[in-house]
Amino acid sequence: MKKRELHVRIVAILLIGIGLGLCSYKVRQLGLPLRPGENTETWTVQAQVSLHSRGGPVQARLLIPKKPPGFVVLDEDFISGGFGLVVEEDGGDRRASWAKRRAAGEQYLYYRLALTLGESSAAPGPAPKATYPPKATYKEPYGSAVRAVLDGVREESADIASFTRELLLRLNSVEPDENVDLIRDSSRDASDWALKITEILRGARIPSRVAHGLSLGDSRNDARLEPLLAVFNGKKWIYFDPATGRRGMPDEFLLWHEGLTPLLSAEGVAHSEVRFAVTRSVREVVEVARKRAGHADSRLIQFSLLSLPINVQNVYRVLLMVPIGALLIVVLRNIIGLRTFGTFMPVLMGLAFRETQLLAGIAMFVMLVGVGLLFRFYLEELRLLLVPRLAAVLTIVVMLMVVVSIVSAQTGMQRGLSVALFPMVILAMVIERMSIVWEEHGPGEALIQGVGSLIVASLGYLAMTDELMSHLMFVFPELLLVVLGILLLLGRYTGYRLSELWRFRSAVEASRSNP
Amino acid sequence: MMFAWPSELRRLGVMGMNERNGNFVMAYNRRRNYPLVDDKLQTKRLAQEHGIAVPELYGVVSIQHEARNVGAIVQDHDSFVLKPAHGAGGEGILVVADRRGDFYQLSNGTMVTEEALQYHCTRIVSGLFSLGGLPDKALVEYMVRFNPVFEKVSYQGVPDIRVIVFRGMPVAAMVRLPTQASDGKANLHQGALGAGVDLVNGCTTFGVTGNNLAEVHPDTGATISGIAIPHWSDILEVSARCADLVGLGYLGVDVVLDRDLGPLVLELNARPGLNVQLANRVGLLAGLHEIEKIDTVPESIEDRLSLAKEIAERVSVPFH
Repeated sequence: MKKRELHVRIVAILLIGIGLGLCSYKVRQLGLPLRPGENTETWTVQAQVSLHSRGGPVQARLLIPKKPPGFVVLDEDFISGGFGLVVEEDGGDRRASWAKRRAAGEQYLYYRLALTLGESSAAPGPAPKATYPPKATYKEPYGSAVRAVLDGVREESADIASFTRELLLRLNSVEPDENVDLIRDSSRDASDWALKITEILRGARIPSRVAHGLSLGDSRNDARLEPLLAVFNGKKWIYFDPATGRRGMPDEFLLWHEGLTPLLSAEGVAHSEVRFAVTRSVREVVEVARKRAGHADSRLIQFSLLSLPINVQNVYRVLLMVPIGALLIVVLRNIIGLRTFGTFMPVLMGLAFRETQLLAGIAMFVMLVGVGLLFRFYLEELRLLLVPRLAAVLTIVVMLMVVVSIVSAQTGMQRGLSVALFPMVILAMVIERMSIVWEEHGPGEALIQGVGSLIVASLGYLAMTDELMSHLMFVFPELLLVVLGILLLLGRYTGYRLSELWRFRSAVEASRSNP
Repeated sequence: MMFAWPSELRRLGVMGMNERNGNFVMAYNRRRNYPLVDDKLQTKRLAQEHGIAVPELYGVVSIQHEARNVGAIVQDHDSFVLKPAHGAGGEGILVVADRRGDFYQLSNGTMVTEEALQYHCTRIVSGLFSLGGLPDKALVEYMVRFNPVFEKVSYQGVPDIRVIVFRGMPVAAMVRLPTQASDGKANLHQGALGAGVDLVNGCTTFGVTGNNLAEVHPDTGATISGIAIPHWSDILEVSARCADLVGLGYLGVDVVLDRDLGPLVLELNARPGLNVQLANRVGLLAGLHEIEKIDTVPESIEDRLSLAKEIAERVSVPFH
């Protein structure tokens, strides 16, 4: 006895544990939402490469992001318009190479990337090791200026990070000294400025490079790559804004490429250009999680219901709620102690109510069962055998359903059409059982049980149409394991039913008066 | 007071439905032995083979067209009972008490034709009263002439005695007395009165109708307590033997007391109800747990009965 009890509990707890574990994995790692209708921000970044071909063979190489930190890639596609496309990776770079034997005039190539915020579930590869650069030599007087600045910075810094920061503060100072003035003099734009800083850092033998990325923010069509200074501190790369000295990657900053390789290199063209456009949009979290898991090669999501065709998905959206209804029945019968016509009849009725809506469903149920009962009483007079009589009741139920549908179609009440979804065999059985109870225990008992069944069916409907519940079951079908575990535990519940506290109340009364 | 607290019921040793099913019925009754009690024809034959008295079987209607034989089966009998072999909860039982010309008089006084009896047989055979609607058999058997001992506390029909037997030892008993509400049927669900019986001396104790305690019969007004049941030790013995017969650890044995034939086993029940607790004002759990503790139940019926009485004496303190 005790052994079996323990066995059931262990199995149940295992099931519940596995179910909840899988669920929490999906919430934490894959970002699936616990609530329905949650939205998240996504960006679509488009890089448009325009090439002005001279008419001969054309080749273009565009650097594209590779596992950008702080983002999760949802989707990536290329529009190549007749060009052959190869995506290659080497070292830290990833690039799209387009090639065409013969191209004339203006050519447009597109690279599109859909992203959302979040840490990529696939661990980013190890950051490329930096080699310590040889000490740079500069032309004079530039060299003296750099050395003077570096010496000043060195005195006021403790490590590579603080060195870089101090250097950037000095170089960007509002009141620059003459050395800084000299250095600043020859820089053209932000990108060039960042490059110059890496040269200066080389003077202190600090490995550094220029990274380029997009500040995503709101939608716009003229996004530009912004430079970022990356410094290697011996363990990892640290990012600085070359213009302000601010440490770290800015918010919503999409790292596009790092290093000296040019963003776009094209051969056989007179002119080439890259333009960036950013579109910000809001999408449902489930959708986003599915895409992102697809990119992260998550087996768990590939085996999920989200990978099924939509119409099959909709079937499972309903089917997955049936165990919830069954669980409700178990609770109502074994814990509360309600009695109903047929064990799972109310679950099926509840499912039918999903389509008809509650009030219309109840009205149609009452009408069908009521009229069905009248016919059943008439059949009783004819003294038919059981199976033919059941078949006759079933036929009458179907006829009534046809009549309801036709009448409601004529009167323009669309609700009535969904009566066709009622489980007619179940209805016929309800009518049969009810007429027997009516005959043997009186109309009162029959009505009590009938109303009881209807109440349970309505509760089942409410439980099975609950948006949160339906969302949870569909996105986390492993919760069925939890349901199973609870059912096992309830299966070994040997305590009193709620109805028994009423039923045996006289025992306690007797014990009070009989001390 | 509206409700009983679970802790109070626990203290009184009252057993609930879930506990009965989980810890007694499922734990002590093997499913393969169920047909022996669920099919009253099998029970009857098994009992007869082992010399246990049962109401005489007049005939069986096992297929539809045999229903027309009902008249022939009962032609030598003025009174008889028609009942389903797989009936549950006393449903589908028709008691014919007398015959007036071509009409049969039911125990509640209604007159019916032979055709009605035939229809009732076909209803039984088609499985209307059996669990799951499976095809059934209709039994035609001797109508018990009940012992006058219960005359004052029953309204028509036949009172029967239900003994709960656990591991072959009686733990509790009650008399089920028909009332007007139960339409002469001795079934508590249908409104019959349950009267507890002291296992040791065979005297009725308290009563229960529905779930309410009762002191007097609702129709006759007679006091329920203090009726000494004749053949009490025979009833206990027969109950214990029935348990051996069908090999069920937790069993309800229904016995009727015939005026002339003494105790007759009517039917057995693998899931006996719980109202015996209210009828006796004693929870079942104390006795059941005492018997559960016994390592080996004595082989001989006599030893078993004396042990059962000893335990009953120890635990049977009315709700206190």
